[in-house]
Amino acid sequence: MFDPFYPFDWLATQIVTQLLGLSITSHLGSSLHFFLYDVPKVLTLLLFISFIVGTFQSFLEPERVRVVLEGKRTFAGNILAAMVGIVTPFCSCSAVPLFIGFLEAGVPLGVTFSYLMAAPMVNEVAVILLWGLFGLKVTLIYIGFGVGLAIASGYIIGLLKLEKWVEPFVWELQKARQITPLEDADTLEPVALTWRQRFEQGQYQASEIVRSVWLYVVIGIAIGAVIHGYVPTDFIIKYAGAHNPLAVPIAVILGVPLYANIAGVMPITEALVNKGMPMGTVLAFTMAVTALSFPEMVILKKVLRPQLLAVFIGLMTVGIISIGYIFNALL
Amino acid sequence: MNAIKIEILGTGCKKCQQLEANAQEAVASLNLTAEVSHITDPIEIAKRGVMSTPALTINGKVVSKGQVISPQQIQLLLQH
Repeated sequence: MFDPFYPFDWLATQIVTQLLGLSITSHLGSSLHFFLYDVPKVLTLLLFISFIVGTFQSFLEPERVRVVLEGKRTFAGNILAAMVGIVTPFCSCSAVPLFIGFLEAGVPLGVTFSYLMAAPMVNEVAVILLWGLFGLKVTLIYIGFGVGLAIASGYIIGLLKLEKWVEPFVWELQKARQITPLEDADTLEPVALTWRQRFEQGQYQASEIVRSVWLYVVIGIAIGAVIHGYVPTDFIIKYAGAHNPLAVPIAVILGVPLYANIAGVMPITEALVNKGMPMGTVLAFTMAVTALSFPEMVILKKVLRPQLLAVFIGLMTVGIISIGYIFNALL
Repeated sequence: MNAIKIEILGTGCKKCQQLEANAQEAVASLNLTAEVSHITDPIEIAKRGVMSTPALTINGKVVSKGQVISPQQIQLLLQH
């Protein structure tokens, strides 16, 4: 199969074998190759894809998404919300405005949650890293199961009728909005952007993402490289292998506080997978990092009662751990 | 003429800072007196009916959201 990363592999191999005169199978040689191959590959992918995503984001406004989802009460609404969550930009900083904005417009609570769960899980950094480090197949599986989980969890929240656990001021805002709609915000014609400006937005996006994660990427790959070259496979299989039933829940718990560091942690998991850690554990771990992020919970607490936050976290945790087990059993 | 009130709605990302700089530039080149403030509280942002940041309000009216617009475009909006 065509490997778009072959030039990086070739270059890393040349540096290790020709320039440094090391064998690619030696401890130091394989560690260095891992590092020299992954750092340029991951950083190039991040730069390139976040630029493209940032450029085209200006076409996708949450206001349009809201119009599509208004009044969708059924299971179909959850499916649509999760699908839309894949393609729309998301950062935990916009979770609250989005949440309030959706509910205000009459998007049902369960459908709103399907969107809120799918959007951060399928974000560009996670997808880029999965694709670059584990390949397209794993990435598609991740997206498929992540979206499935968002649909199911949102649907359950809808069935449970938990509107009472949303902070009351949100509903007051909704009532006020129904009496006096915010004309300017809804009917506002966006200032026309030129292509040059769209590319500029892409540049902001790319430089912001790369600047905030590059150090984590380099450190993570360095740790991964050491594991790759020096830690024996038996050791990993003993502790993180498929037969250890606690590996999946532990991976999920470890993933929660790692939100911003996904870029640094994924290369470490790559090294662990090479040494025999099963893929289901990796998928569960990645979902925990993206979907159960601690800062997002803190922000959502402004609009959700603790009970609803607990239901949200509980559904996601159970779902993610189940996905991990299912995969470890199947693969 | 009263001072114009400009609000930048955003959570402190690079785009939001760029928008604030553009707004300052537009104000300066029109020789206006304006009070530019930066709203970072997500609930305050939501109350203004904005879901995508960075957004810009002039005298309480949302004029742009979800994008960084240029100083020239802000000038046009200020002259309305």
